[in-house]
This record gives sequence, C-alpha cells and structure tokens, in this order.
Amino acid sequence: MNSVFSFARLGALLIKEFIQMRRDRITFAMMLGVPLIQLVLFGYAINNDPKSLPAALVATSNDPYTRAIVAALQTTGYYRFDHVAQSAAEAEFLISRGDVAFVVTIPADFARRVESGNSPQILIEADATDPAVASGAISTLGTVASQALLRAQGTQEAAAEAAKGQLDVVVHRRYNPEGISQYNIVPGLLGVILQMTMVMMTSIALTRETERGTMENLLAMPSSPLEIMMGKVLPYLAVGGVQVVVVLAAAKLLFAIPFTGSMSLLLTAVLIFVLALVLLGYTISTIARTQMQALQLTFFFFLPSIMLSGFMFPYRGMPDWAQIFGEIFPLTHFLRITRAVMLKGAELPAVATEIGWLVVFVALFAGVALVRFRRTLD
Amino acid sequence: MNAIDVHGLVKRFGDKTVVDHVTMSVAEGEIVGFLGPNGSGKTTTIRIMCGLLTPDEGEGTVLGFNIRTDSLRIKREVGYMTQKFSFYEDLTIGENLEFVARLYRLKPVEEHVASTLEDLGLTSRRNQLAGTLSGGWKQRLALAACIMHKPKLLLLDEPTAGVDPKARREFWDEIHRLASGGLTVLVSTHYMDEAERCHRISYISYGKMLATGTVAEVVKNAGLTTFVLQGPRLDQVAEALQGRPGVDQVAPFGATLHVVGSDKKKLEAALADVEREHKGVKVSPGETSLEDVFIQFMSGSKDNMA
Repeated sequence: MNSVFSFARLGALLIKEFIQMRRDRITFAMMLGVPLIQLVLFGYAINNDPKSLPAALVATSNDPYTRAIVAALQTTGYYRFDHVAQSAAEAEFLISRGDVAFVVTIPADFARRVESGNSPQILIEADATDPAVASGAISTLGTVASQALLRAQGTQEAAAEAAKGQLDVVVHRRYNPEGISQYNIVPGLLGVILQMTMVMMTSIALTRETERGTMENLLAMPSSPLEIMMGKVLPYLAVGGVQVVVVLAAAKLLFAIPFTGSMSLLLTAVLIFVLALVLLGYTISTIARTQMQALQLTFFFFLPSIMLSGFMFPYRGMPDWAQIFGEIFPLTHFLRITRAVMLKGAELPAVATEIGWLVVFVALFAGVALVRFRRTLD
Repeated sequence: MNAIDVHGLVKRFGDKTVVDHVTMSVAEGEIVGFLGPNGSGKTTTIRIMCGLLTPDEGEGTVLGFNIRTDSLRIKREVGYMTQKFSFYEDLTIGENLEFVARLYRLKPVEEHVASTLEDLGLTSRRNQLAGTLSGGWKQRLALAACIMHKPKLLLLDEPTAGVDPKARREFWDEIHRLASGGLTVLVSTHYMDEAERCHRISYISYGKMLATGTVAEVVKNAGLTTFVLQGPRLDQVAEALQGRPGVDQVAPFGATLHVVGSDKKKLEAALADVEREHKGVKVSPGETSLEDVFIQFMSGSKDNMA
C-alpha cells in the first residue's frame, strides 16, 4: 500500500504545485481575474434580442398619421429614430454603411390615402445581414403600426371603421432576403480565423527566440528593431494571404456566399486587417516573457473580441458601454467591412471610416511594438 | 588606441550590484583572460562591452566607439560568442552561416559560407541540422560564425565550458592564430590552464576587479607563500593545520599537502609547530600557483548570489 500511495508524497507534490502556481503571476491572475471579468462583461453585454436599434425615417409629410406610426414604432423599444433622411439615396447610404438597421419610409401621399381609405402603405427596409437582429423588430411591426393608425384615425375622424385593416406594411429584408445565417457567419469567420492564427503565431515570435537563447545572439548582431519586426511580421502576412484565398474560395464554393461588392476593396481591407493582427501578435510578444504567457495573453484578448465584436452576438444588442468597448477590437471593424462589401456591395466611401480604424490599429501596434522592443537585455 | 577602454562600469539588477566600478583596458592584438567565480559579473561586463546592456554608471570605448551611443557600430565590428549555443538548432549548419553572412552583408554570401565551412572541416555536413551537433562542434560552429565578418575584437563568454580537453586545446590554438593576425580577444573562463594561455588576465569577484596583469604578476602581487608537506598521515596533519594563525589554505595534491598563507612569518611558525608534533613530516618551500591565488581571492570576498 505504502509503495503505491502515500499521503506524504502526494502532499509534497501538491505543495510544489501551489508554490509554482503562485510564482507564475500572470497565470495566477488569469485563473482568478479572468473568469470574473468575463462573467461580468459578457453577462451584462450579451443580448440576443437587441432593442433600440438605430433607424432612419424617410417621411416627406408631417401629418398626424405619420407621427402616430413613428411614435408607436419607437414605443416598441426596437426602433430608435436617430436619423431623418432627406432622400431615399441618403437612406440607402446609411443602411449600407451600417449606421442604421432600418429605414422606414412613409410616402408623401400617406395621409391622403388614409383619409380616402385607399390602402395606405409604409415601407420598412431591414438590414438582414444578421437575420437575428431584425427578426424581433419585424415581428412586432404589423400589429403595432396598424393599431397606431387606428388610434390616430379614431381621434381624428369617425370614419375609422372604413379604413380598418387596410394598412399595408411592406417589409424588405435587404442583403439577405432568405435570412440565411451563413451569409452573416462565414464572412465573420474569415475575420475570426485570421485573428486566431495570425495573432497566435506572431505572439510567440520573440519569446521563442528568448526561450531558445537565440535572442542574445540576434541582438549582438547588427540588426535594427525595425528590421527584426518586419522580418517577423512579413512572413505571417504572406501566410495570412494564403488563408484569405482559402477561406474566400470556400465561402464561394461551399456556402455560396454572395460576393456583391468590389473584390479589390475587400482584399485591401483584409490585407490591412491581417497587418494589424500580425503587429498585435508581435506587440504581445514584446510584452510576454515566455511563450506560455504569450499564448495566455492571446486568449485573454481573443475571447472578448469574439463576444463583443458582433461576430457571435448582435453588436446592436449590447449596451452602449459594451459597444464602445467593442470598438477597440480590429475584428469589430473588419466584420463591418466584410459584411458591407461582400453582402451589401458597399463602395469605398461607405467603409472608409472602418478602414481608417484598421489603419490606426496598424500604426498603433507598430508604434507600441517598436517602443516596447527590448534592444538590449536590460 | 586600446581595443577596450572602459572605466567605472556599474550595473545593478534590482538592489544587487552585479558590476561594481570595473575598469579595464585591453591593447590591440592582446588575449586577455577574464576570470572569476560563478556569478561574479563576467558575463554582464562582456554584455556591456558589446552593447547588449547599458551600464548604470561608467564610460568607455570599444574599438574607439562609445559604449553608450555607438552600440550599433560596435555590434558590426565585434564578434560575440555567447555562453550558451545561440544559433538556430532547427537550421542546418549552412543555413546558419548564410543567415549570419547576410546579416553582416558579406558578399558574396556563398563564397564566405563555403570558405568558413572549409576552414571548419564541415563542408560535408553542411546540410546537417545545427541542433544535432555535439558540444565541441557546436562551439566550433559558433566561433566560426562569430569571426566570419572579420571582427577586430572577439568577446568569448566561457567558450570552452563542457568541451573535451582535445577540443579545448584546438580551440586555444585557433585563438592564438587569430590573435597573431591582429585580432584582440577577451575570453572569460574558469580554467586555470586556459588563464595561463592568455597574455594577461583580469580577475573579477562579486562585481569588483581584484587583480589584473600577467599570470606571473598576479601571482607575485598576491604576496602568498606556499609550502609543500610530505610524510605519513597527511590527513591528520591537514586537520591539525586548519585554523592555525598564518594558515589560509590547506589542500591535498596527490601525496603532498600544499599550505598557503599571506603572512610568511606566521605560516613558518605554524609549520614549525606541526613539524614538531608530527614525526616524519617534511616541509619544503613550494611554488604558489594561480589557483592558490584565486582560492585566496574567493575566500576573501563575500558571496553576492544570495
């Protein structure tokens, strides 16, 4: 018995393990802090039935019926009219940029048709790239609008009965009329896959040299920090390029994802995104001391970026603070670009801001990495 | 102009002073041995000289370049061989040399690599992974890679640790051949026989430079007296000698006992007593060795590693 199991020996092993756990500060912090942070963060941030979605109103007349319908939509909690578009073209631009999730168009002759009982129509265009986002808002739409109209008529005119049930709500599910969720997921997966492989591979770039002892030699030879950074980053940029081709080809062949927009615009955005990722990984590797720490930091970054970027859960469904927090992930901006370009056929002006964000990330990560890079062994 | 001219170098890690006001000069073409116990600051001093560490205090030049401001120029002109093999084990011998040749912008690359492989006698193993080489061969490869760009100064950090005696001998022959061609060499080591192959030595202990000069000078300046004892039951004699005034070191060497002290008069008195107490013990004057001197230095300074 004693040769197979001894409490004294088990105790020795346990004590040693706890001492090592305590010494490794980052791991210890990750084990205690990360679950708590993530629980609070994701618990409060994630919401599958997004409310208060930004909407644009295209209404040329300011009559009581229009006002009644707008007010009713707003009280459902789903619609937040923070854009008033002057023209259909302006509304089109807003929805293709992703600034609004809905465009509600109430035609100029709406009041006249209501009063003449000549089947009044309103048009609701929903951005259905993420089918989950729009579904709640659309399902409440018909009844709410009709009831609002009836109430408005009841106070205005006694002839309400005549017009009853005549309101025609036309719903256009834009960009993804059949509500195929893969249209939303696959372009997002491109970003997630790239992020996982690129950041992970480059995050161990420098720590591997340090751990193998080759860093000392590399630093003793004449190579500048910029050369070392580019020497580490560019090969993975090439790997990223290959991945992009593979994922896009699979998206087209296996999932028949529509490629509505400009291919060159998409590839430019992907390239900038990959550059930002490899630089982020490289920055991590200038901070981490060991490969293990580098991987831990990568995962620490990875989980919230998936949760809060709009990949897994609707970005619009998150509270404001979480949406602002989500902006710090390159993935958030990349998802907007790919969905806009691939599904909506967005042109450069519509995605210029998001591409600008990615460029800012590239500059930021490169700057931090160069500053953080330890040129000496100090 | 001296190849190395540094003064007052100080380097602290946390509250530990690893290098404590070290001053050192090495003339061109000299081979200087850098000695001292483990953790005495040899590696740190060498790293400061090749620009890998910035000193907290002190100034100096290496090959005429300021160690604080010109570290990139220094890196181009100096060959530094690290204590641990620090080339890429997952690259072949040839690929490692090509990498180094390109980093130093040696042209044409192939010519430099081929002649280095030829000198090494590794032409036939060019495609072997560096990680599969034995310790001795790794060390030769590292040296060859360090001198490929024809540096004017070679900094070697315990290059022969864990290398067999024959490879060690060949290594030192190579160092002397390079020095006769005008190369300056600073080499750290633990081995006394290696120290004796240097033109000059510097002894550092716990960050402080304790002695510098030729081997003969260092031994002479230490001012030690050594006696050799022969006779029966030397183990008992050794025990009797320990702790007597004047006796600093007692060490058995084969069938003899070396007794070392810094105060000749007291030492002679102590030995006279022992000679009287132990019949048959014969005391004769001996030669103080470099090792005796170093042991004396080490016991005189406090450990810095704790």
